[in-house]
Amino acid sequence: MDVTLFLIFALSAVACGVNVVVQRHPITSAISLIGVMGSLAALYLLLGGEFIAAAQVVVYAGAIMVLFVFVIMLLNAGSETKGGRSWPVRLLGIPLLVLLLGILSFIIQHFAPKTEKVSFGAFTSGGPRDIGKLLFTEYLLPFELTSVLILIAIMGAVVLARKEID
Amino acid sequence: MEGVPLAWYLILSAVLFTLGVAGFLFRRNLITIFMSIELMLNAVNLSFITFSYKLKQVDGHIFAFFVMVVAAAEAAVGLAIILTVFKNRSSLAVDDVNSMKY
Repeated sequence: MDVTLFLIFALSAVACGVNVVVQRHPITSAISLIGVMGSLAALYLLLGGEFIAAAQVVVYAGAIMVLFVFVIMLLNAGSETKGGRSWPVRLLGIPLLVLLLGILSFIIQHFAPKTEKVSFGAFTSGGPRDIGKLLFTEYLLPFELTSVLILIAIMGAVVLARKEID
Repeated sequence: MEGVPLAWYLILSAVLFTLGVAGFLFRRNLITIFMSIELMLNAVNLSFITFSYKLKQVDGHIFAFFVMVVAAAEAAVGLAIILTVFKNRSSLAVDDVNSMKY
């Protein structure tokens, strides 16, 4: 049951991820990226992260991706024209990416414990109470700093996107 | 009810990260490049949550939360930059943003 659920959401995440990279029009990539985030939220639930799964759906898929879709529709971004890439890129691109994936997978296989298994329900400290307990004691400084960061980001976005009043 | 090996989650994270790298390097549309960055950030979040499961601590969830917050701030500013680039060049192709080239 765990394996079935993991495979369903993992395959849907990879399929949507491939779709993000491959599609010509950015709006299709944005919708596929929402699919990736939804599948990842389900995987976080399988790993016991209830708060992070909810935050993923609300913040990532519900705010950031909506912002992306707004901007894509605002700019009326059309399909990408076939750009001319130089022949070394065309030749070495995919093999080098496969090499990167191979190196990462080898390192993971080497260092991941062989007997560790993830079963649904084994990790119970992912709820809001445990996250809050740690967030407001040990990680209080980063928490306050992120509020300053968000303020700076708001100011930056307003300054960059405003209309010049001449 | 057998569980899923932990390595599978990490390999899924690696696959999603590689897809993000592929989209970042090969696409010519600014917004698609930006979306590939978000895909890479999500892959790393999955890695954080997986290791948090392994170590039986909730610190990984908090780090993933901070990654999400930083990604939100970055998305706001990055999209504002993309809007400005489009306003000045009327094109979203990254080949056209080359005035600092030789």
